[in-house]
Parts: sequence; structure tokens; C-alpha cells
Amino acid sequence: MTLSPDEWQAVRLSMDVATRSVIVSLLPAIFIAWLLTRRRFAGRFLLDALVHLPLVVPPVVVGWGLLMLFGIQGPIGAPLHAWFGIRLVFTTEGAALATAVMSFPLIVRAVRLGLEQVDPGLEEAARTLGARPLDRFLTVTLPLMSPGILAGAVTAFAAGLGEFGAVITFASNIPGETQTLPLAIYTATQTPGGEGVAARLALISFSLAMGGLLLAELIARRMHLWLGRG
Amino acid sequence: MLEVSLRHRFGGFALDVEFTAPARGVTAIFGPSGCGKTTILKAVAGLLRPDSGRVALDGTALLDTALLDTARRVALPAEQRRCGLVFQEARLFPHLSVESNLRYGMRRAPREADGPGFDEVVALLGIEGLLGRRPARLSGGERQRVALGRALLMRPRLLLMDEPLAALDAPRRAEILPFLARMRDAAAMPILYVTHALDEVDALADQMVLMDSGRVLASGGLEALTARTDLPLAARRDAGVLMTARIACHDVSRGLTRLAFPGGDFLVPLQAPPVGTRLRLRLRARDVAVALTRPEDVSVQNILRAVLREIAPTASPHEVFLHLAVGETVMLARVTRDSVARLGLVVGQEVWAMVKSVAFDHARLA
Repeated sequence: MTLSPDEWQAVRLSMDVATRSVIVSLLPAIFIAWLLTRRRFAGRFLLDALVHLPLVVPPVVVGWGLLMLFGIQGPIGAPLHAWFGIRLVFTTEGAALATAVMSFPLIVRAVRLGLEQVDPGLEEAARTLGARPLDRFLTVTLPLMSPGILAGAVTAFAAGLGEFGAVITFASNIPGETQTLPLAIYTATQTPGGEGVAARLALISFSLAMGGLLLAELIARRMHLWLGRG
Repeated sequence: MLEVSLRHRFGGFALDVEFTAPARGVTAIFGPSGCGKTTILKAVAGLLRPDSGRVALDGTALLDTALLDTARRVALPAEQRRCGLVFQEARLFPHLSVESNLRYGMRRAPREADGPGFDEVVALLGIEGLLGRRPARLSGGERQRVALGRALLMRPRLLLMDEPLAALDAPRRAEILPFLARMRDAAAMPILYVTHALDEVDALADQMVLMDSGRVLASGGLEALTARTDLPLAARRDAGVLMTARIACHDVSRGLTRLAFPGGDFLVPLQAPPVGTRLRLRLRARDVAVALTRPEDVSVQNILRAVLREIAPTASPHEVFLHLAVGETVMLARVTRDSVARLGLVVGQEVWAMVKSVAFDHARLA
């Protein structure tokens, strides 16, 4: 099976967008997962709901929301454009942002699962041994929750390859810029004689997602073994 | 010296304790489960903030909430208290090797802090062969030894042990006890040792804080406390005085060892340690009998002149404790009220205390 340059472009773009989305959302996801797991504060429930919103709201609505916020006229988009010359709508960065928002709950959930496996007693032990909060987090909590972080990143990457609704609404469907795999598949199905292209891209999409999930499982097992939880 | 005074309420439980621990040696905090022992350790370590209280080491406060002058109130965070805490379940970092675990606290200790060296501690605990391993590949006893080493190497000013043997089976406990005793002798600092196992107290402690439902019932020297019959200790089957004795001589042909204690000596079955070794013995009250005249034709080896100081009640209406002074040492004997009546025992009377040699089957190195 050979792919045309245009099809390759869609594959590469999808990987690019998914990678960037994971990079953008990883640190905030770790922070929010830690907040939700280890801190009791007013508005915790609200934050939890907000993080999970993209799972239940139609992706198109998320895309529309981003358009309102980050559009050239939007309350965030306008200053970004005026001060830094950054434009997110109809760009690859925009597609990555939309993908990041959509896969954010997946990362947060996986990181939280990882964090819940960390015995707070070990953090207490680190405390009595003289480790200050950041030191404690970096040397004990973070390594012990790393399987969750990794699982979250790989799952979000695999899911990010296929984000459709939010991307097409916010970043549009521009070949080479924002036309990721699912958008290319959709375009192919709308084009007379595009069935072959659609089938090939669908197969690739499926393989990448499956490969990602298997890889995540494999790495998670390795890491649990490394942490002595075998 | 360590001074502790704490008041704390949570749920329906109230803790209100005050005691001191000497600058060296083990102070056992002893009491039934749920009496607040662990809460005390957590508050001393800084892992729990009590409603009010004061914790001071050699006059310097680690915690002091009682001062009216708010600017002088103290509550050092746990990471700055330098209290070496050994938990019941080792709590080793699973992602680090034994050596990295041991060095974790050491690396974070202040430069000027003084303490035993890495190799010294590793040798003391016999963990040389484990340094490269992960905690998951250690046995329960090995884990606890590494945890002891980790606490000792952080250069603590104070050692806190929260039932360090409770999670181990009997053979493992017997394996760790000698290491704990060596650690006690090596560590020039107060050691608070929480436990509900009396044999650990006997083996390790010099002082005892006896607790029940959030209060201190009594505290002080261990040997003095075991001679009191007004404490819950006396209700135990193994109640009896704890005493320290020195091996005076061995008689190999008779298979006996003579132990000297202040006021007298005991003949006991032959002991292995050399002459001069100090042993700690618990003389159970139920192993001591009295006679009005010195019996001649009995198998009992130890027949000692004693003065009956006190007749105290036991938990049973039919039995009493006799406080017997043998020289400067006080022993307890548990006898029936009928025996007291039959012999016509009165306080101040001279009697003979009889102790079978084989009652000392559990002598320990002191």
C-alpha cells in the first residue's frame, strides 16, 4: 500500500498536531490532577466538572467556544494577535489547541489514577527525612506517578490523532495546515472517487490508534515493574 | 532531654499528655491500641498539628503553641525538625535502591549535623549485601533494617519508632531486636518507642510512659513502674518486676550461673554470655512463693531473706500481690488470700522468698 504525498501530509500533520497537543496539556494536567487528588478547596467540584466538560459537550460546541475566545476578535485571541502577532484560528497551532482541550480530560484522568497509586505515607516519610514540598514532589511523587503520566500522554496522543469536530470548527479544513487524518478522510468521502483514499487513511488511523494503546500498555507494565509493583 | 506536652481532640477522642524523655536511651510509650500513642509520635515529628502543646528538645522548642505572645509561637514543619521516624510498614521508596533510600535523608541533613557514617550504619545493621537491591526484593525484616538505617543516617536529633516490629512475624522480630538494641546503644539521642508488646519494652526500654485512652497513667523508670501494683501492667499474666542483674560466675559442672543483683543473687540455668555481662530479667509475680521458715528439702534453688512491705489487691478478689524487699530490690509475689490467712502474713514481717531457677528462661542481654 502506497500513499500519495497529500495523504502522507495528512498523516504527518496529524502526528504533529497530536504531539503538540500532548506537550501543551501535560504540565497543566499534572498540576490539575494533583489539585483534584491532594487538595481540598472550594470550587474543587466545579474544576473537576470543567475539566471533564469536553467529554460530554459536543466537540463542535468546544470548537465554537474556542472560536469565541481565541478568534481574532475574541477576548483572548485579540490581545494575542495585537501584542504577539499570534493567530490561532485556521492554523496548525490552533488545531493543536483544539485537540489539547478535547484530550485534556483523558490525560487528567490517567494522571489522577497514577497519583492515587502513590502512598501518601511515602511523602510523609520524605517529609520527616527533610525533603521540602517541591523536593518531595520531584523525588517521590512524580517518579511514582509516572506510569499514569505516561499512560495519559500516550492515550491523549492516540485520541488526538483522530480529533475531528473541534478541529474543523476552530481551525477549519486546510490541507497542509489543519487537515489532519480524520479531516482528510471526511474530505475524501465527500470527493467522487475518493473511496480508496478514505479506506487507506482509515486503515492508517486505526493502526496508529491501536499501536498507541498497545505501546501505552507495554510501557505501563515496564514502569510498574521498575517501581517494584510487579 | 525531650519535653512533650500535647492536647488534641479528634472525633470523640481526646489526647492530653505530658512527659519527658532523657537525652539518651529508649523511652517506651506503651498502651493498648487506639490509646493515642501514634498521635504523639506524629505530633512530635510534625506530621500532625495538635490543638495545643509544646515539644522541646534540650530546651529548644520544635513546637510551642501555648505562648500568649504569638510572635514567639513555634511550629517547625516536619522537614525541619530532624526527627528520624521509623514507621510500622518501613515506607521505603520503591523506585530507589536500598543505597539511595539510605542516603535520602543524609543528603538533606544540614552540613554541620553530626552522626554515624554510612559504612558504620550499614555494618551495624548488617545490610551490606542489600545496597544495590530495590525494596520490593527485600524480606520484611530486611526492609525494616533499611528503614532503621535510613532514619539513623539522616542525622536526627531524636529517633521516633512507631511499632517498628508490629508488622513482622515472631522470627523476624527476634531477628531485628538485637539490631534495635545496637542502634539504641549507638545513638546518643532520645528515642521514643511506641509499642503494645511488653517483650519489646523489656528488651529495649529504660523509661516508660504508660498510656490509656489518651492519658498518661504513669511514667518513669521502667524497673520502678513494673514494681507497682496499681497500674494495668499488674493485671497481665506476665506481671512482675523487671530487674537488671550481672553474671557473677558460672558453675559448669552443676550447669548453673550465679546472677548478682542489688541485695542478693540468683542461681539460674547455665547462661552463655561471659562473667560480667548484664542481663535483664522479668521476675514474674506468679513465679515467686513465700515461706515463714527456710525450707530445706525443696528443689527451689533461690531462697532469699525478704521483708514483706505491702499486701496489695489484684484484679482477682481471691489473690493478692506481696511486695517483698530483698535488700534494696523489691519483688512481687502473687499468692492467694487463703495463703496470706494461713501463714498469718502481716506487713513488716520477715519471710523467705522462693524463686525457681527455671523461672528465668527469658533473660536478655541488657
